[in-house]
Amino acid sequence: MELHPHKLWHFHGGLHLPAHKELSTQLPLLPAPLPAPLPARIVLPLQQHIGEPTQVLVKPGDQVLKGQLIAEAKDYVCAPIHASTSGTVIEVSEQRVPHPSGQRAPCIVIEPDGDDRWTDELPAALPDYHELDGATIRQRARACGIVGLGGAAFPTAVKLNPQHPIDTLILNGAECEPYISCDDTLMRTHAHDILEGLRIIRQATLANTCIIAVEADMPDALISLRNALGGDEVDGIRITSVPTIYPTGGERQLIKVLTGHEVPSDGLPLDIGVLCHNVGTAQAVYQAVAQGKPMLSRIVTVTGGGVKQPRNLEVLLGTPMAELIAACGGYTDSVERLIMGGPMMGFALESDEVPVIKSTNCILAAAKNEIAKPAPAMPCIRCGECARVCPARLLPQELYWHSMARDLDKTQDYNLFDCIECGCCAYVCPSNIPLVQYYRFAKTEVWAQERDKQASDIARRRHEFRLERLERIKQERAEKHARKKAALKQNKDASGDTGKAAIQAALERVRAKKAATQVQAKNIDNLTEAQRRKIEAVEKRRQEKQQTK
Amino acid sequence: MHFNTLTSPHLAPTSSVAGVMRQVIYALVPGTVAMIWYFGWGVLINLVIGVTVALVTEAIMLYLRKRPIALFLSDFSAVVTAWLLVLALPPLAPWWLITIGVAFSLVIAKHLYGGLGYNPFNPAMAGYVVLLISFPVEMTTWLAPRMLAETQLGFLETLTAVFTGQLPAGISWDAITAATPLDSMRTQLGLNQTIDEIRTSPLWGDFGGKGWEWIGNWFLLGGLWLLYKRVINWRIPVSMLTALFIIASVLYLSDPDTHPLPAFHIFSGGAILGAFFIATDPVSASTTPFGRIIYGASIGLLVFIIRTWGGYPDGVAFAVLLMNMAVPAIDHFTKPRSFGHKSYGD
Repeated sequence: MELHPHKLWHFHGGLHLPAHKELSTQLPLLPAPLPAPLPARIVLPLQQHIGEPTQVLVKPGDQVLKGQLIAEAKDYVCAPIHASTSGTVIEVSEQRVPHPSGQRAPCIVIEPDGDDRWTDELPAALPDYHELDGATIRQRARACGIVGLGGAAFPTAVKLNPQHPIDTLILNGAECEPYISCDDTLMRTHAHDILEGLRIIRQATLANTCIIAVEADMPDALISLRNALGGDEVDGIRITSVPTIYPTGGERQLIKVLTGHEVPSDGLPLDIGVLCHNVGTAQAVYQAVAQGKPMLSRIVTVTGGGVKQPRNLEVLLGTPMAELIAACGGYTDSVERLIMGGPMMGFALESDEVPVIKSTNCILAAAKNEIAKPAPAMPCIRCGECARVCPARLLPQELYWHSMARDLDKTQDYNLFDCIECGCCAYVCPSNIPLVQYYRFAKTEVWAQERDKQASDIARRRHEFRLERLERIKQERAEKHARKKAALKQNKDASGDTGKAAIQAALERVRAKKAATQVQAKNIDNLTEAQRRKIEAVEKRRQEKQQTK
Repeated sequence: MHFNTLTSPHLAPTSSVAGVMRQVIYALVPGTVAMIWYFGWGVLINLVIGVTVALVTEAIMLYLRKRPIALFLSDFSAVVTAWLLVLALPPLAPWWLITIGVAFSLVIAKHLYGGLGYNPFNPAMAGYVVLLISFPVEMTTWLAPRMLAETQLGFLETLTAVFTGQLPAGISWDAITAATPLDSMRTQLGLNQTIDEIRTSPLWGDFGGKGWEWIGNWFLLGGLWLLYKRVINWRIPVSMLTALFIIASVLYLSDPDTHPLPAFHIFSGGAILGAFFIATDPVSASTTPFGRIIYGASIGLLVFIIRTWGGYPDGVAFAVLLMNMAVPAIDHFTKPRSFGHKSYGD
């Protein structure tokens, strides 16, 4: 794949949204841990990533140290959890977690002792990563529990094990959703770590070209990276400014903008030789490999008109969000909704008593005037604005129509599963239709249908197999019967009166057996004279007695 | 602290149906004022009657269909429908003609199909065609534009004419009415006159009928504003007018004696109004990018065919309704290629 230097492409649709990033970038980054004292409880969900859940290694009452492994990854697509501070495990139970469903999930609850003492069993720092092979880097990323920090939280180690050769490695710094500025902050403050992380990932994946994509409205991040790299394009690493169009930060959209290639709908970026990581993930990889530090904290943007002092903070994983809000001066009177993530794709939280997890990039405490008021949806007037802005180039109005009608086959004809749920369509919809909601509904219906179909397929196969087996047994029995019959018939033909012969043979056998059992008593050999006489006398008496009878 | 949850996206939407309809109404104002200027009070009186009937009919239908009345009345879609229909009616159209037309548009063409968003046909054009077929005399009694009229009716005289059909004493219908440019072009061509001969008549202005030719410009102005405000998409108006212009040019160049100037076609009758305000009605038009080009161009072509070889002087309403029927097929065959797919069928 030829990369045309500095040329950028466009993807279809997208939106120019008011950025509101300045809200949270006025104050400097507040480094971890939060201002003392540490939170009263650290809540670490067993699953903070996409994939299989982790297995708990601790029980209530256990003392844990900072960085200690407390839940291990048994499955391939999994990331272990480490204690983010030292203290006592007080509970391993279901707790509120940040999830769209609002459901509870298994968590390890730690009561910090306030010492923030590190474990001495940390993996060794490997500053000379240039000599490492891919497997070592992958294992380190896995052991340190690193997941993609762009929001999806996919275990990074899996992505560091590409099945195809990688041509282009992209670091995604295009933080395209409004309000969020954690990646911007990271790039401004930790450019060196990001670049080192990029070099480590490149070492692991043997990528040719590296591109760091930064949005055009983050000039400070660009300068910081440029200074750390020593230019715009050094040593096969290029820093590129991409236009501020939502959703440029979407993986597939960014790849299109940077390379002009579209990731096949049913494929992965890997299929076209591209690998994409978030800038935060690169920093985490650097810390894991070069410093031997597991993933214990991340930068979180706390922003919106609903919080008094919006800013970015480095936060220990497991810290309740209420503590972050408190550290930012508390809520304003106009706070209306609490959102994890951005205002376009984030989900609303019921409560601030949920922990910061690996994928918490932003906590948006939105004021009344910043968000949509609940309003009735009007009928679709087919204006087609949604199709104009759709970055996947779908026809959202048709998808809506068929989702509403529950015509799931039709929704798939209109490529429902190419929808990235960016929310552009709903944002421009004059009828105020919650379009994304309809697509999520249709997707889950399709999944449910597929599960049902799979289950019924299995049941059907099992039933068919049973019928087949019963039929086979019946047949075998019939065959056996027929064979026996045939054999009997043959015997009869050969020996004439088989019945009599058999009786005769049986009698013979009985007789022979009887003869065999008429044995001599063996204790009459080698007798003394006296004994023999005595026996003879007894024998004589018996015979006399018989005769008298 | 406890919060209410709603699903993403959380940002407030930037537009509303009512907003869209309001902007369409604003965009109609310049052309409407021009029509009032050229054709007198009748246009305004018709408009008031039409809008009133529309609001009442809409409210009754919403009540019968058990829909929220205030919500749907305030979306202004009924007002837009009535407004567009009225602009297509003769300025002295009797009140009952307007009432029948608007009521048909809203009851039959809109609500019986399911109301806003569900009508396969453009309601205003459906109402117009019903009136044109049922009341041909009333529908073709057009007033002469002010510079050609021997006399002009005052407000009260117009009001009387609209409600009673009586003209003031001493004024005959012939004195105030005149054939539309398209009608007279058609009649004269039918009498084997050449274009040059026809254009010597005092009816003719620079490229179309006097007065008429300028009304189109004012509608064009409103249409361009709608394009600028992104209320409508460029594809339908541009493709419709381009198709009309191209076929008119081809025939004009092949035989200038029997075919009028392409500009005449564009600026006569309902072409501009149709291109920017009627064919772009989102509910009944195609929604795919390429589909809109096909839809618009087909309307342009049909307008020309009906005007030139059909039975009516203008063909915008028929062309739009015919293409409304084709929309499901057009949309089906013009799905865009989705991201990451090789073709739309892929």
